[in-house]
Amino acid sequence: MLSIKNLQARIEEKEILKGINLDIKPGEVHAIMGPNGSGKSTLASVLAGRTAYEVTGGTVSFLGKDLLELAPEDRSREGLFLAFQYPIEIPGVSTTNFIKTAVNEARKYHGEEPLDAVQFLKKMKEKMKLVNIDQSLLSRSLNEGFSGGEKKRNEIFQMAMLEPKMSILDETDSGLDIDALRIVAEGVNKLRDGKRSFLVITHYQRLLDYIVPDHVHVLYKGRIVKSGGKELALELEEKGYDFIKEELGESVEA
Amino acid sequence: MADLKELIQTKYKSELFNGNGSLQALSQKGIQLFTEQGIPTVKHEEWKYTRISSVLNKEFSYAAATTAVTKADVDAIRLPGYETANELVFINGIYHPELSVIHSGADALLVQPLSEAVKGPYKNIIDKNLGHSANYHADGINAMNNAFAYQGIFIAVLKNKELQHPLYCYYINDARTASVLSQPRTLIHVGVNAKVYLVEEEITLGTSDSFINRVSEVVVEENANVHIYKIQNEDSHSSCVKTTHVRQLGVSKVNSVTITLNGGIIRNNLNFILEAPGCESNMYGLYCVKGNTHVDNHTVVDNQQPNSLSNELYKGIIDENANGVFNGKIFVRQDAQKTNAYQSNKNVLLSDTATVNTKPQLEIFADDVKCSHGCTIGKLDEDALFYLRARGVGEKAAKALLLHAFAGEILEKIELESIRSYADAIISERLGFEI
Ligand SMILES: Nc1ncnc2c1ncn2[C@@H]1O[C@H](COP(=O)(O)OP(=O)(O)O)[C@@H](O)[C@H]1O
Ligand SMILES: [Mg+2]
Repeated sequence: MLSIKNLQARIEEKEILKGINLDIKPGEVHAIMGPNGSGKSTLASVLAGRTAYEVTGGTVSFLGKDLLELAPEDRSREGLFLAFQYPIEIPGVSTTNFIKTAVNEARKYHGEEPLDAVQFLKKMKEKMKLVNIDQSLLSRSLNEGFSGGEKKRNEIFQMAMLEPKMSILDETDSGLDIDALRIVAEGVNKLRDGKRSFLVITHYQRLLDYIVPDHVHVLYKGRIVKSGGKELALELEEKGYDFIKEELGESVEA
Repeated sequence: MADLKELIQTKYKSELFNGNGSLQALSQKGIQLFTEQGIPTVKHEEWKYTRISSVLNKEFSYAAATTAVTKADVDAIRLPGYETANELVFINGIYHPELSVIHSGADALLVQPLSEAVKGPYKNIIDKNLGHSANYHADGINAMNNAFAYQGIFIAVLKNKELQHPLYCYYINDARTASVLSQPRTLIHVGVNAKVYLVEEEITLGTSDSFINRVSEVVVEENANVHIYKIQNEDSHSSCVKTTHVRQLGVSKVNSVTITLNGGIIRNNLNFILEAPGCESNMYGLYCVKGNTHVDNHTVVDNQQPNSLSNELYKGIIDENANGVFNGKIFVRQDAQKTNAYQSNKNVLLSDTATVNTKPQLEIFADDVKCSHGCTIGKLDEDALFYLRARGVGEKAAKALLLHAFAGEILEKIELESIRSYADAIISERLGFEI
């Protein structure tokens, strides 16, 4: 599905990603954990195509295509989705209007007929129920005045609408209470069909109780320094990130 | 320029007005000031960014009073919603009752030549208000209109009447056979407890040069409610200076929305004089321009009494070689304690050759006031653009979506649905926006 090889990126002369290797197969759920500032959001942004970041080396292939060559909108249309850590507020643009444009542009890209008003509404209703989000919220200006939880649920709603093959969730769990967390996790789990893949970026093991990962990676100072199964998340929760640093220190000395 | 001076003076002499006192006095004062000052150059502080002489240097004929404009010509330019509107048709600056359609009864709406109205019960109101805008525009342009103000029209919305039919004013220049300069003039009195929607558009027929120098003075009495919508969407050979001068004489609420879409040089003067305590004035503007259009919004809010609220928001989307100018002056006089005056001007430049000059001017003589002003000039928000693109909206569509939203904040202030969707449709098309 997604194959990242030796990916390096910088912003404003500052090296942030220093050679990331990651291979995500169809149907897999990977989790990336790591302390603040280690480059998790940078990785997500680079994959989604934010131009502020300059890729200085490495390759990313997505479903056999060179991802880094694609415009952000084409990455999305090919089936990549990023749930932003900080969803942006856009005054005057409603979720409903813009997601309709997004859904239909993707359909056009794949040579499909656009959804008519009735079909679109039906799909909206279905997905709204899934993430327990209200119509009135979706008619308002995108994310404007939304609570933290509402913003995150709106991200998951959009993910559900776009039915991506590969979803990257950037700290979608932060700032959520346990109920909202369950809703988000359920939204993700409903999409899991053995083919779709997920990259879940999180600080806490909590979310991973609900979205059980196949692989867990620790990102530290722009590198994946440790990978393991879901038990790695528990270990991190228990011992904190210091043990990673110690381990690193040892390996450097060795 | 000598040509224009001669044109105006010849016209003045040929029609030398022999009427009632105040019209006569204004006319004389006008021609005198015009003769002294001529057309303002860019050395004039208020005309620094708008070289109006570049238009007025051209050869114009003064509007002929007779006209070949037919009903069919007017049919072609009516604004949506006209079926239920009072439509006042001005051709080359002169009101034409035979082309106009008035639905409202005489007990609600009066439309009369100023020269007649001044002989009737409105004499006092006319004497006191006609020409009041000259206090704020001591320049040759305003003076030039004053010289012929006696040819103008008096409009009264009578006391306690909420006018059911909006008042559409079409200022048509017939430039099919020759270039035309015209100077429409209106004085509008909105009585106590009255309400009116005023929609105004300048239109040029034909392809010769057209210049409209319009002055509209609006007098708003106690508890009246006035909405003034202006739309400008002309070709590059059409230029204009529009002055709307609003006096709020009693506690009242006035909303103004000025939409500029296209034209040559467009100068919108908008003055709000808040002469009673507790007035509310909202001034909104949207200029969505490209080509070589030059649009200059000059606004004045003069808070003279306590407890008033004025709110001003002008937004610009400027593309290609177009220029925008915004000049917002706010006076808060010594007696105007507890005034709230807000002003904001936001611009998006879509090309490297688009320009904007924006200047707030606050003159505050009272101490207990809340005033704010701000301006932004920028490109589209990159983060917003990326967010939309990351969801699969193409770059072009994403830009259109954001620009349309930017414009929407002004469009939504237009309460008349037919006019709002008319303006929206033009802007959507311009921006390549579709839902
Ligand atoms: N726009 C930016 N300009 C400069 N530095 C940035 C920018 N964005 C991120 N960084 C820096 O890159 C590093 C990684 O940030 P980020 O990817 O957000 O980390 P994480 O998501 O793991 O907390 C941090 O040191 C951060 O300060
Ligand atoms: Mg982050």
